[in-house]
Amino acid sequence: MNAITQSRFAWLLKREYWEERRGFLWAQVIAVGVIIGITILGIIAGEVFRARVGGSGNINMGMNLSELLRNGMAHNMVDVVKSLDMTMLLFGVVSAVVLFFVVFFYLLGALYDDRRDRSILFWKSLPLSDTSTVVSKVVAAIVIAPLIAVVVVLAGYICAQIVMSLWFLAHGVNPFGLLWVHADPFSVWLHLLAMVPVNAVWALPTVGWLLFWSAAVRSKPFLWAVVIPIVAGVLNFWIGLLGLPNIPTQFFWSNLVGRALLSVIPGTWMAPDAQRIGVHFMDSGDFARISYSSMAHAFTLPGMWIGAVVGIALIAAAIWFRRWRDEV
Amino acid sequence: MMNDAFEAVAERPAAAPGAADIVIRARGLTKRYKATRALDNAEFEVRTGRIVGLIGPNGAGKTTALKAILGLTDVEGELSVLGMDPRRERPQLMREVCFIADVATLPRWIRVHEAIDFVAGVHPRFDRAKCERFLARTKLHTNQRVREMSKGMIVQLHLAIVMAIDARLLVLDEPTLGLDILYRKQFYQSLLEDYFDENKTILITTHQVEEVENILTDLLFIRDGKIVLGTTMDEMGARFTEVLVGPDQVEAARALHPIDERGAVFGKMIFLFDGADPERLAQLGEAHRPSVSDLFVATMKGTYA
Repeated sequence: MNAITQSRFAWLLKREYWEERRGFLWAQVIAVGVIIGITILGIIAGEVFRARVGGSGNINMGMNLSELLRNGMAHNMVDVVKSLDMTMLLFGVVSAVVLFFVVFFYLLGALYDDRRDRSILFWKSLPLSDTSTVVSKVVAAIVIAPLIAVVVVLAGYICAQIVMSLWFLAHGVNPFGLLWVHADPFSVWLHLLAMVPVNAVWALPTVGWLLFWSAAVRSKPFLWAVVIPIVAGVLNFWIGLLGLPNIPTQFFWSNLVGRALLSVIPGTWMAPDAQRIGVHFMDSGDFARISYSSMAHAFTLPGMWIGAVVGIALIAAAIWFRRWRDEV
Repeated sequence: MMNDAFEAVAERPAAAPGAADIVIRARGLTKRYKATRALDNAEFEVRTGRIVGLIGPNGAGKTTALKAILGLTDVEGELSVLGMDPRRERPQLMREVCFIADVATLPRWIRVHEAIDFVAGVHPRFDRAKCERFLARTKLHTNQRVREMSKGMIVQLHLAIVMAIDARLLVLDEPTLGLDILYRKQFYQSLLEDYFDENKTILITTHQVEEVENILTDLLFIRDGKIVLGTTMDEMGARFTEVLVGPDQVEAARALHPIDERGAVFGKMIFLFDGADPERLAQLGEAHRPSVSDLFVATMKGTYA
């Protein structure tokens, strides 16, 4: 019985993946592909430029590219590693932006689109509880989609390295010593992977808020979900303008409106003062925010846990609407 | 006035069958919306091995009754489907109950093989080989998406899936709406030939009464949220008689309290009688069993007036 329940849940997740393959997988592949494409365009432009300038000889360049790569990079290994780290991080950031848009709209439609096209009547004709259906959508949004994104980032990084390696080889430079022996970028990637559960718990209030409106309204979940917090924020600000007691404006926007709408952006739990919290991973300020200690710190924030409780309550409300909302 | 006669009959308890035999039992089923009652104290029973038509005009409460049976909406009153309460035990109930709620409720993005894989994964009573056999008779191919199919093909896919599920109750809500005649005939033909047997029960709502008339074994007429007539087709034949009466016999026919009358050609009249003496009726003119649609029209007179 338990095994059957587990495999049913796996099928529910698979269904979400089938339906959302375009957003979960292909949007990520395209985003990463665009970065690699730009890299290739840059290499070609560089080569063309070099050919034109150096066509009559290498005198003006001072040094040809092979030498530059061989000597320059070997001498500045720290900078090379850092730029490889930054490349990995660039992939991570671009992927996170795509992930935000994909997950945001996925959640808004998750319990609404099948009511609109009436396919809910097919799903409800199967022996599946509404709780497991809704939970499968939560897991798809905060576990499956981010894991796919992180894997695509790794694949993209490896592709970018292969492109660079070919370029190096074309100039007679052995890329292995320069590009492939450094474990550092892969350590950055492990940090991206480790962030998935932190992001997942942090995202719960937004997940709950969006699913709630997706399940509750008869039409236009986007308007309800987005307009209500923004109007509330403006009203709160206006009440303050009148000199009446209000919730501190900054607090309202970041802790209420922001948590309701933007917590699905990966890494929004990062403290702005991460560098002071203590950095155990890398001494460079650029990476302090994604250090493991920064992730651990996020779980000590009251906002993390209050948000999670509110998020779970909203998800429970969404399950109730999914169960009993009878007009489609 | 004529409808009062029906209601009085409907309240007469049917012959009590064995409890194990009953698939659906509803008592005092009521569903209130703000101003109206979609179901108003509806009472009915459906027994195993029957094909029951739940028939009524638009807005009579058919769909609400089905939603209540399927646990899709909350209702007041006593309701038991296969011994379970659909309001509390919906996921368990759906192992034994299948439904097709009008055409084209399959998700448009899904492919044939994905739909089959998914149902096979989550439904313990789904027989994959059977489903593939049904599909082999159609032009559908496994990689096709629902959005690339015609309405008729979508219904073929849905029917292949549903017929491969060994359920005890199949609920069909306007299953052939918008289909052309070939698909409609094929739909009911498949159900009778490849699916229905004495252990299964089918509950159909439709307002295309003529289409299901020949396959039904039982009738439930619903009007204004109440069941106004519940009968088997055999009982109906014994109880109701239609007589084509010449102009000279019209007054004699009216004296026997017909429940409905309508004009026919050459000044003749057609009278519908409930429970009148057959020998007496035979003297009036040509007597025969009324069609379900004529009985329906007589029962529902005044609904839209």
